[in-house]
Amino acid sequence: MELNGSEIVIKCLQEEGVKHIFGYPGGAVLHLYDAIFQQNNIQHILVRHEQAATHAADGYTRSTGKTGVALVTSGPGATNAVTGIATAYMDSIPMVVITGQVITEWVGTDAFQEVDTVGITRPCSKHNFLVTDINDIAKTIKKAFYIASTGRPGPVVIDIPKNITDPNIKIPFEYPKTISMRSYNPTMHGHRRQVKKAVELLLTAKRPMIYSGGGVILGNAENQLIQLVQSLGFPITSTLMGLGAYPSTDKQFVGMLGMHGTYEANMGMHDCDVLLAIGARFDDRVTGDVKTFCPNAKIIHIDIDPSSISKNIRVDIPIVGSVDSVLKDMIDIINSKQTKPDAEALEKWWQIINQWRSVNCMEYDKKSELVKPQLVIETLRKLTTDDHYVTSDVGQHQMFAAQFYKFNKSRRWINSGGLGTMGFGLPAAMGVQIANPNAEVACITGEASIQMCIQELATCKQYDLPIKIINLNNGYMGMVRQWQEFFYDKRYSNSYVEALPDFKKLVESYGHIGMRIEKPSDIEATLKEALAIKNRLVFIDCIIDPTENVYPMIQAGKGHHEMHMSPFISSDRELA
Amino acid sequence: MRRILSILVENEAGALSRVSGLFSARGYNIESLTVAPTEDNSLSRMTLVTHGNDNIIEQIIKQLYKLVDTVKVLDLTDGSHIEREMMLIKVRCGTLPEKDEIKRLSDIFRGKILDVTETSYTIEITGTSEKLDAFINVIDNSNILEVVRSGASGISRGAKGLRVT
Repeated sequence: MELNGSEIVIKCLQEEGVKHIFGYPGGAVLHLYDAIFQQNNIQHILVRHEQAATHAADGYTRSTGKTGVALVTSGPGATNAVTGIATAYMDSIPMVVITGQVITEWVGTDAFQEVDTVGITRPCSKHNFLVTDINDIAKTIKKAFYIASTGRPGPVVIDIPKNITDPNIKIPFEYPKTISMRSYNPTMHGHRRQVKKAVELLLTAKRPMIYSGGGVILGNAENQLIQLVQSLGFPITSTLMGLGAYPSTDKQFVGMLGMHGTYEANMGMHDCDVLLAIGARFDDRVTGDVKTFCPNAKIIHIDIDPSSISKNIRVDIPIVGSVDSVLKDMIDIINSKQTKPDAEALEKWWQIINQWRSVNCMEYDKKSELVKPQLVIETLRKLTTDDHYVTSDVGQHQMFAAQFYKFNKSRRWINSGGLGTMGFGLPAAMGVQIANPNAEVACITGEASIQMCIQELATCKQYDLPIKIINLNNGYMGMVRQWQEFFYDKRYSNSYVEALPDFKKLVESYGHIGMRIEKPSDIEATLKEALAIKNRLVFIDCIIDPTENVYPMIQAGKGHHEMHMSPFISSDRELA
Repeated sequence: MRRILSILVENEAGALSRVSGLFSARGYNIESLTVAPTEDNSLSRMTLVTHGNDNIIEQIIKQLYKLVDTVKVLDLTDGSHIEREMMLIKVRCGTLPEKDEIKRLSDIFRGKILDVTETSYTIEITGTSEKLDAFINVIDNSNILEVVRSGASGISRGAKGLRVT
């Protein structure tokens, strides 16, 4: 079969099982778009900005585990996509991004819409390729999908000059069945002796803590995690990225840890004697001050990426391998052993934890006459099921969603953790909805974040995506305002968003439904009404208390035991 | 602590910038870096000299392995090894006593004089980086016209070679 370069690209994507591409056309990818036009196997979703193409592909991946695909043109198309590529890279999301490039002869001549895409994306992608020969297309795409989805996953960029996709140059096509790379062989199975040592240490623990992260979800190891945690009876906390892998409403779950984690999770971390870190990378928002991090604990760390181990925190028992395989081994060893966890010590430990819990660290003023963002999220939770997908942007609303939505299932909580990309929420929700057409998808956002990709309301209209956007509108970049209140003597430099649009009218002009929540008594009725509309996008503008802050809070660089608690709970009590 | 790393990478476009980019992005320092293809055309071998404590070197090696093109990394400093660097140095020597002195120093350092003019000698010296430093130190600074150094290359001692397995 003889095919031209564009047909080969499309054919390769079909071979990889791709059903959707998120993209935006332009000069350097016109040949590719012509090939897309002439086939029906892959649906192209036209976004309104290339950043959204990458975020949508990313949301598609996060909700399904299948590698998402974005297609953009050269120059500004590629640079606009960079934010989305970096977002996926920081959260280890497998994605393939195809960028057009000027013809090979012009590369390096500062041609129209030329940019060094491979150079720009090198530090923010797992790997990238510049295809310089039509004969390399198939092999490169095969490699790209393989690299993106194996080991520690990540985005891979393929830069294809326009002449390589020339419709007039045809070659025989065959898609490689397998791929092997001598320089790339991720370790999948943990070292048996290390796993044994880890189990032995766990069984001696008096005050154990399990700290799980996004790697559990990326590695599809939720069931093994639940099995392990429940067989040990240990408390478990989760990073922002790991929420949902272990059911949040289970009694062993002590909530999220870190900067805005719960009192019980952070105090548990500080006081534990054995810490089991699973698919988590000891990010600074999690550890706080590394010098006072888990000061009395022996640390076990399971991660597929050797470079994550002992990067920020020295660990005692490192285990490199895929989380599901290592946890399976751990469970086997535990089951084969006579020794069980120290029940008496564990009982005492739970008593201490339950005391911390009784502080009720996330309590807020439920009687307020202003709309409290926490109440909006709690009400949304009450009205939705565990299967609901929730995406978010970045800031206070993201933390409120993480704290109050109580995710019970994996891959339902979609947010930009590592890079913290404002503008992520709406396009990510589009990707989720395209991947799961029958699912219910909510996007929790703020009036600042949503405006960074607001143009995607048009994409939602074009493809009839019935997303429910909950805009926690406090008129401020809330998290910036919070830091300025705490650390800059309330000098609110440029965090007040003046001249906001009338969101209701704005979304109506895009052809959607707009609603408003202005007082606490509106919350439930309005959310109910919005959720009942199954086939339309509804934007709910919630005018919330502009002074509400996210608590508890650990100031950057402070230890887990140095939390600021909400003044609503304690104005004078020294908790830590 | 000074370390010499040997790195085998796929001989692909951009491999060098991936390695140098990694060092600049993560704030590791590079004292010197040499690259050339090996007897196997599909591979490039780099010798990289860097500084850092054990934790940093461990991270550097892990990060190098994380690059998709990296086939093998070896810390030569871990074992017995040979290190060589080549220097070309152009020295002013206008008078006969100066010419004699430079010739004598060059002989002591087992240098080779490659180019001679009425007023200058160009000398090739090979050795450890320390030896080259020492030669520069014994020449009057104002007489040095130009210095080019290759950066260190390294290889381990013994019969075993660094190969792709």
